[in-house]
Amino acid sequence: MEFYQRDRTLQPAGYAPIYKTSVARSPRQSLLSLQGSLSEITGPVFGQNELGPLDNDLIRNYAKDGDPIGERIIVHGRVLDENNRPVPNTLVEFWQANAGGRYRHKKDTYLAPIDPNFGGCGRALSDENGYYFFRTIKPGPYPWRNYVNSWRPAHIHFSVFGSGFAQRLITQMYFEGDPLIKECPIVHVIPDEDAINRLIAPIDLKGSVPLDTIAYKFDIVLRGRRSTLFENRLEGN
Amino acid sequence: MVQNLDYLKETASQTAGPYVHIGLIPKQAGFDIFENNFTNILADENTRGERIIIEGRVIDGTGTPLRDALLEIWQANADGRYNNELDRQTSGKIDDDFRGWGRTGTDFDTAVYRFETIKPGVVAGRNNRDMAPHINFWIVARGINIGLNTRMYFADEADKNANDPVLNLIEQHERRKTLIATRDDSGPIPVYRFDIILQGDGETVFFDI
Repeated sequence: MEFYQRDRTLQPAGYAPIYKTSVARSPRQSLLSLQGSLSEITGPVFGQNELGPLDNDLIRNYAKDGDPIGERIIVHGRVLDENNRPVPNTLVEFWQANAGGRYRHKKDTYLAPIDPNFGGCGRALSDENGYYFFRTIKPGPYPWRNYVNSWRPAHIHFSVFGSGFAQRLITQMYFEGDPLIKECPIVHVIPDEDAINRLIAPIDLKGSVPLDTIAYKFDIVLRGRRSTLFENRLEGN
Repeated sequence: MVQNLDYLKETASQTAGPYVHIGLIPKQAGFDIFENNFTNILADENTRGERIIIEGRVIDGTGTPLRDALLEIWQANADGRYNNELDRQTSGKIDDDFRGWGRTGTDFDTAVYRFETIKPGVVAGRNNRDMAPHINFWIVARGINIGLNTRMYFADEADKNANDPVLNLIEQHERRKTLIATRDDSGPIPVYRFDIILQGDGETVFFDI
């Protein structure tokens, strides 16, 4: 079944001058609206056997001689669709800076130090209820050159597949209470205040491990599929 | 008063940022962490179909190629079947040796991306109209707020392209060619060149899918 049309009022425009890099990298022509065909409603399938046992544990998956520095956190939640149904067995990937706001990346030159025990990436497959979880340390904020004094709020990048290529999504999760969220041009390319709030994960004490690790809960909603059967023939056979 | 429509709302997209490689292709970021890495090689020795290479660049509105873009492709196999249960075409077979998906980054030095795959077959489109062989592209990068979707078609399939229902939706005929990759047969494996122009002269047609 094809997907509901994407609600572009909840999504950032390509061209958003407050985020300067978007100016030269955004199309000037309108996107051409396409009804779903097999090319859009299908997508790649991944299996648990493709992931390693530590892929969802960023505290351990790059540890060399100890744990990484930083606040120990669990991030967990569900991948759902617009119909409020779980999206099972879908690949969720995540990456982030270390506690000092530095990425393990050959192009990151920020003066905060690399943490020898922290890689900063992981991945998980949602279970049959759409549930996913991983353990990591809380990333730090960092400066970037948009305005000379721009600072990114602490965030974790997410990549999610869903069951069809039209659901493919990359987003960022922010942390409850971070005062930098309201200042961030990248956050504010999103035109809808409620849509911004849905990117902010609350602290979840019930999900925490007492005396060990605090939890944040982050649900992700992908596009839903139509279920009404009265339609012209999509699959052509 | 009426009942509430109880649909949820799609999560907002955010840019993949300059360090997307860490999460999706960590070897390009400069380190080795996963035992199993997703790559730009879609076909192994058992995959059926004609081996091809796809190469190109992603170019911004100033004419500068992006060195930090990430691309994914999704395609049917040589029979025109997608390796997904929602493909219920009755013709052709699923190829267990072909997932049909790959990802890569543009090179930090040359700005070129490259996929090694097979040429897909014809896929049934809506209302029984065949779609010419094509590969679905998704492009993200720093400065791209929401992933861009486009399709690559094949220059050596001119007749099928002329009848393709999606290419024919493009009102300005001149823009259709932005989706057609040229074929170079000078090497041992055919190379299709497909540049993606984000903005300005020759801007690639992107789809709201």
